Amino acid sequence: MSGSLQLEVSDLRVQIAGHQGVVRPIDGVSLEIAPGEAVGLVGESGSGKSMTLKSILGLLPPDAKVTSGSVVFDGTDLTRLSHSRLNKIRGRRIAMIFQEPMSALNPVMRVGNQIAEGPRVHLGMSRAQSVERAMDLMRRVGIPEPERRFRAFPHEFSGGMRQRVMIAMALSCDPELILCDEPTTALDVTIQDQILRLLAQLCHESGTSLMFVTHDLPVVAQVCHKVAVMYAGRIVERGTVSEVFSQPLHPYTLDLLRSAPDIDHPGQSLVPIPGSPPSLTNPPSGCRFHPRCQFAEDDCKVSDPPLRLLEGGRATACLHYERCLDQIGADS
Amino acid sequence: MSAVSADPAPAPAPVPPPAVTRVRARRARWYRQPTLMTGLVLLAVIVFMCYGASLLTSFNPDTQNLEQPLLGLGQAGHLLGTDQEGRDTWARLLYGGQVDLRVAFIAVILPFILGTILGSLAGYFGGWADTVIMRIIDIVVAFPFFVLVIALVFVLGTGEKSIYIAITAIGWVSYARITRGEITVAKRQEYVLAAQSGGLSSLRIIGRHLLPNVVTQSIVYAMSDIVQDIIAIVTLSYLGLGIQPPTPDWGTMISAGQNFLTTQWQLTTIPGIAVVITGLALSLIGDGLADLLRTGGS
Amino acid sequence: MGRMSFVLRRLVLLVPTAVGVTIITFFMVHLIPGNPAVTILGQRANPSTVAALDKQLGLNQPLIEQYWLFIDRLFHGNLGQSLYYQVPVSSLITSHLPPTLWLLCYAAVLGVAISVPLATLAASRKDAVRDHVIRVVPLLGLGLPAFWFGLILQTWLGTKLRLFPVTGYGQGFTGHLHSMFLPALTVAVALCPVLIRSLRASMLGVLGAEFVTTARAKGVPAPRLLVRHVLRNAVIPAVTVLGINIGYLIGGTLIVEQVFAIPGLGSLMINAIFERDFTVIQSVALVYGVLVVLVNLLTDVAYVALDPRVRFDA
Repeated sequence: MSGSLQLEVSDLRVQIAGHQGVVRPIDGVSLEIAPGEAVGLVGESGSGKSMTLKSILGLLPPDAKVTSGSVVFDGTDLTRLSHSRLNKIRGRRIAMIFQEPMSALNPVMRVGNQIAEGPRVHLGMSRAQSVERAMDLMRRVGIPEPERRFRAFPHEFSGGMRQRVMIAMALSCDPELILCDEPTTALDVTIQDQILRLLAQLCHESGTSLMFVTHDLPVVAQVCHKVAVMYAGRIVERGTVSEVFSQPLHPYTLDLLRSAPDIDHPGQSLVPIPGSPPSLTNPPSGCRFHPRCQFAEDDCKVSDPPLRLLEGGRATACLHYERCLDQIGADS
Repeated sequence: MSAVSADPAPAPAPVPPPAVTRVRARRARWYRQPTLMTGLVLLAVIVFMCYGASLLTSFNPDTQNLEQPLLGLGQAGHLLGTDQEGRDTWARLLYGGQVDLRVAFIAVILPFILGTILGSLAGYFGGWADTVIMRIIDIVVAFPFFVLVIALVFVLGTGEKSIYIAITAIGWVSYARITRGEITVAKRQEYVLAAQSGGLSSLRIIGRHLLPNVVTQSIVYAMSDIVQDIIAIVTLSYLGLGIQPPTPDWGTMISAGQNFLTTQWQLTTIPGIAVVITGLALSLIGDGLADLLRTGGS
Repeated sequence: MGRMSFVLRRLVLLVPTAVGVTIITFFMVHLIPGNPAVTILGQRANPSTVAALDKQLGLNQPLIEQYWLFIDRLFHGNLGQSLYYQVPVSSLITSHLPPTLWLLCYAAVLGVAISVPLATLAASRKDAVRDHVIRVVPLLGLGLPAFWFGLILQTWLGTKLRLFPVTGYGQGFTGHLHSMFLPALTVAVALCPVLIRSLRASMLGVLGAEFVTTARAKGVPAPRLLVRHVLRNAVIPAVTVLGINIGYLIGGTLIVEQVFAIPGLGSLMINAIFERDFTVIQSVALVYGVLVVLVNLLTDVAYVALDPRVRFDA
């Protein structure tokens, strides 16, 4: 089981025809998730991480299209599926949780009905059965008084509760994979923690895989086993969470770690990353990160390094990744 | 250019000032709006045809020819035939268009002016002026437009003048609402505060500063209002309460022709089509203007 | 319980408007200078007839007193006597009200039945061919004189093809459905342009909303998505638009009744205009005003019923 991959994204490229030219928000992304794994996808805003999730389920905006690459889920390439067949996978085998639960829930439909909708549509349950199931799910995610709360509307819930509703919706058909698009970013820190624990626990219990997109590094550390770092539409580093966070092999990952507050080193000053994310219509030549990279050398400006596999399942897209190891040695 | 030279008449290179380039860019966009241009062209064609009627037909709309009633299309030199009194339909259509268009355009301007004035006062000064005007608006709006128009025509008698008075008395309401809404928002803008602190009189502020910015919404609305007025005028005339014969008018043509719908259907159908096409042109202009304003044109 | 108090509060707010409606109808005839009786009877009227009317309507008394008299009579259901028919106006109103209400409801149903599918078709494929075609419909419809369209329908579907009766109200429920179809369709067609436009616009707005992406991510099939998620949200602003245009709709029935010889309030009003039957004109205008006010209330209630968010902060 651990050998077979559940989801394999291979060299995915997505293009949007914009006013100023063609934008490539995803320009060669490759990812893998094994059953039961929780994989994090981190990066700044605009790096293309949300769009990666959306392209897995075919939820791209109408003017965006997949130009090459594939998304293979359990043997089928999702990018080549017809709309109706894709619909059978959405919600049923792959579910998605969104960032802003107030706008992501239908404001005029009762919460319970929204949770019950999946089982009715995909599992062919009768109305009574789906209601039963919805209330059961509400209990599992920790919504109190499910019998009463079933008939409530989204605006009657707090942010944390609404996110629990979204989680219940995602779990409703027992999916094999759940895609999470910054599910805790819009929440209070204390609530964030609760929701993350809940997610981690539920997935652990049912063996569901997770793909977790966020710009918040500590969150990844809390929930995921593996992590991929994304920059300017590409993956620049991959590995397990402990490896990548303790020994980053890409200057961007290094910078990200240093700009995030670390509870274990409270006095440490934060180092923001200089510059701003590159334009996706005209990315820099050579390695895309080189204008902001502290280790940039001449060859970085010229050659565009691909994601190279190293031993132990790690991967990096930096030509001079050893410099990062030196840096960490110097820091500690 | 050649700054420090002692040359008596340096010829500066003709660089167009930025303002002109900007205006040129706006105008280019104005031309490129297909909806607006189609509407304007169509309206221009209609107006030309109606007011150039003498060029398009040699017949007089009032001349009766009882020897040749109810001729069909193209018979005896009558492009669209004749009505039951032998009058040429094509001529009546064109000259009638003159009347209907003229009355409708005038009937739109009066409520526009009245409504804009009252709406500005209500919006700018607020307070009891606002309350009173809004209450009146609520009440007028509580009646169906046409019911009030018809009742007023009863009171005032039939004919053109009554139409103007009736439509003005009821139609100002929409313009007042639009203007009031816009001004209530606009008066909080910085340039108004600047004008107020500069000691300008309220009237001047409203007239010179606020209104020019705010009047565009009303103009867009006016386009659909003209259509509504044309329909109201034509309906009144159909009932015999509007434009009185022998003045030609599309409404009276429809009414006169309704008994012959199964035989000479063009008598009633054609004037109605004329109304629809005119309405189409005006709606296109209104939509085009609205689009232009939305995308930040002039 | 919040709902009940909302409705009651709206009713209370409508009272000043209703009062204003009575004031306007009352003062209609007093608006022009000169003797109101002369206005009613016309310039050439016999002076003794004028004097008699003066007495009958109490026109020599101060205005305020006349108004109080009017209101007092109104609350007792007394709308005066028809000058032409010589029967109480209230009985005329009661007998003529049902056909008008029938026409209104029928037209509203037809209007919605036509507009909703068209708007949905247009919005679901924005800028496609069918969207552009459907968008032309309101452009033509706005300039369409209702009575003219009615005449055309009457001739083609009635006289020539003999599918529907050309005039009259019909007998019994199915009779009404049959006889009133053409007039109701005429009024509905006058309503469609506004409805199609606003519904299409609000649907486009909803289609771009996040919760629609969520529903798509759940794999909700397209028909269910359109109805339970998109439409259900999009109707809310459209109901408001419908309410605003209801005055126009009711005005449309006036002329359509005349064309199809339907014995409703509209025909009553138009006859009264020609016969200079002032009491009838005044009362019918009043009834129309009240109708509009009531329908606006209904729209507000419908809005509250449809949008659960509003209930709690109204």
